[in-house]
Amino acid sequence: MSEDILREAAKWRKDGRGVALATVVSTWGSSPRPVGSQLAVDDKGVFIGSVSGGCIEGAVIKEALDAIAGGRPRLLDFGVTNEQAWDVGLACGGKVQVFVERLE
Amino acid sequence: MKRVLLDDLLAAREAGRPVALATNLRSGQQLLVYRDGTSGDLCLDIDMVVAAGEALKADRGTTLSTPAGEVFVHPFNPPSRLIVVGAVHIAKPLAQLGSLAGYGVTVVDPRRAFAAGPGFEEVAVSGEWPDEALTRLKPGASDAVVTLTHDPKLDDPALDTALRSPAFYIGALGSRKTHAARLLRLKKRGFADDELQRIHGPVGLSIGALSPAEIAISIMAQVTQTRRQGEDS
Repeated sequence: MSEDILREAAKWRKDGRGVALATVVSTWGSSPRPVGSQLAVDDKGVFIGSVSGGCIEGAVIKEALDAIAGGRPRLLDFGVTNEQAWDVGLACGGKVQVFVERLE
Repeated sequence: MKRVLLDDLLAAREAGRPVALATNLRSGQQLLVYRDGTSGDLCLDIDMVVAAGEALKADRGTTLSTPAGEVFVHPFNPPSRLIVVGAVHIAKPLAQLGSLAGYGVTVVDPRRAFAAGPGFEEVAVSGEWPDEALTRLKPGASDAVVTLTHDPKLDDPALDTALRSPAFYIGALGSRKTHAARLLRLKKRGFADDELQRIHGPVGLSIGALSPAEIAISIMAQVTQTRRQGEDS
């Protein structure tokens, strides 16, 4: 069966783990995962799902851990024009916007 | 996201009820938008609720511009279904591939011994006659029907019912010769040529598939192509 990210996230939260959700909200050009793709992260950095082909997951997980700790939702931009392009840029040359929120 | 909102979202999905999650990307406030109402703490103007409802209907994630900032609408519709008639050997890899691709899979075979074997644990199995099962399951425009039995007693009633549905994909296993004979029988049931053209037969993309798994791959590839690129692709 395909991964059920939201159900897993709800289960983690019920178990008392801190959880954040990351969702692809817009894409430009060639991006590896479509709008609506999701990733759930717990407070240990364990994650399921994906928001790219693996290029930006590391950066998204770092922001997700921040969101779990601080609570503020955030909107992240990734793309070749991003200053961090060298380490978290999208190899395919596309752009992607990811919304990260804590599961209360 | 509030826990109660996530629980409501999961409950709606479990019940097969379409729902969209609207999120203000600045504040993080959220609203669940159903076909017939809303719940949550994000205030949206009625025209924005209508726009969210349209995104839900079109099953397309959309960002709306509102005075309070951008609002992302994330639709959650029940999964497309893949209805497989005939619990034959190809049905097992086909059911697995269908599940992996996100389809809700039902395997229909009134011959109990076929569907009782291993390989169908993860999917719904129906022991009804194919026409009864398809009448009950009512394939919609986002559903696919594939017949695999080679047996006219089972395949024909299934195709008869599928052709009367808006299913986006109908496929029937069988050689060119088998398929030509099948089309003749269905013609006698009153179907016109253009209706019968909806049936993909011989089923699957022509990739030289031999083993059951390879044939299942060719079928799933054609289902995917038809879904994503349309019938004329």
